[in-house]
Amino acid sequence: MSKVIVVTSGKGGVGKTTTSASFSSGLALRGNKTVVIDFDVGLRNLDLIMGCERRVVYDIINVINGEVSLKQALIKDKNCDNLYILPASQTRDKEALNLEGVERILNELRETFDYIVCDSPAGIESGAFTAMYFADEALVVTNPEVSSVRDSDRILGILAAKSKRAVDGLDPVKEHLLVTRYDPKRVEAGEMLSVTDIQEILRIPLIGVIPESESVLQASNAGTPAIHLDKSDVAEAYRDVVGRFMGEEGLPMRFVTVEKKGFFKRLLGGR
Amino acid sequence: MSMISGLISYLRGNEKKTAIVAKERLQIILAHERAGRGAPAPDYLPALQEELMVVIAKYIHIDRESINVQLEKHGEYDVLELNITLPDKIRLNR
Repeated sequence: MSKVIVVTSGKGGVGKTTTSASFSSGLALRGNKTVVIDFDVGLRNLDLIMGCERRVVYDIINVINGEVSLKQALIKDKNCDNLYILPASQTRDKEALNLEGVERILNELRETFDYIVCDSPAGIESGAFTAMYFADEALVVTNPEVSSVRDSDRILGILAAKSKRAVDGLDPVKEHLLVTRYDPKRVEAGEMLSVTDIQEILRIPLIGVIPESESVLQASNAGTPAIHLDKSDVAEAYRDVVGRFMGEEGLPMRFVTVEKKGFFKRLLGGR
Repeated sequence: MSMISGLISYLRGNEKKTAIVAKERLQIILAHERAGRGAPAPDYLPALQEELMVVIAKYIHIDRESINVQLEKHGEYDVLELNITLPDKIRLNR
């Protein structure tokens, strides 16, 4: 049974595309046939984060309009054998992304792929709605910051009331909280909402915490999803997320407390 | 917390940490927004009335009829109205 997973947040700039890229790569690294779709029609960026921007020829709108086949539009990822990317259109507007067309594409993808990851645009308008409508599960990406938490709550309300699963009266969309840009130091200083606070407010199960890190920018500079970076907290944290998503048990929640520094590190002024 | 920063926060008069402020603000606004999304009348009112009754009865002797809890809309605001009629002679329970 294939699964459609939407990566959503409401608020922009919280890490949806970063998460979509690393999460889909992680699923593929574990041997799952995976496709990641950019739903941000007009402002595509997943191609840049995945480092395949120069190989984009066709996009999702071309497929919806029947101009090319899905196979022609899918781009094979350069890092993972099992991963394909379906880019968004840069020139059309969001209205070209209609529900019937998207459903047709998803049904065709379900025949081949185990996981279909939908990278939602920000906001709650048609693009974001289309991205989440067919979801079986949702990664709700949230920063420890008031506006992001509020927008996530809004998105959870829409998932519960207006998604296809809700409309058809099926089991609800399975929701996962993913906290990103987390800084344990600031949490301990009382300057940032803690994971527990956010969980208490949003009341959905936590699938992972991604620490604030310089390596995310480095990954996007290079066009390599952060999960591939060596010796990076972010890569480790995303691998944990994928593990938990696939049902691995007993993975401790890492990077949520301040790392205790040794005497010499403190003496030398390491951060 | 080091002694110095502890002293500073003491001198500042123990300001509330901003993370706590953030959490409280979110809890209030989201309760409001969720109420607007879902069913119009909140279902916690009877339970709230019961619990208030228990708390007040700890201090003052009142009967069930003398407490009344209502949620009303006044323009943009929801007003939680709590009416307690105290007996003429207050008899303290402790």
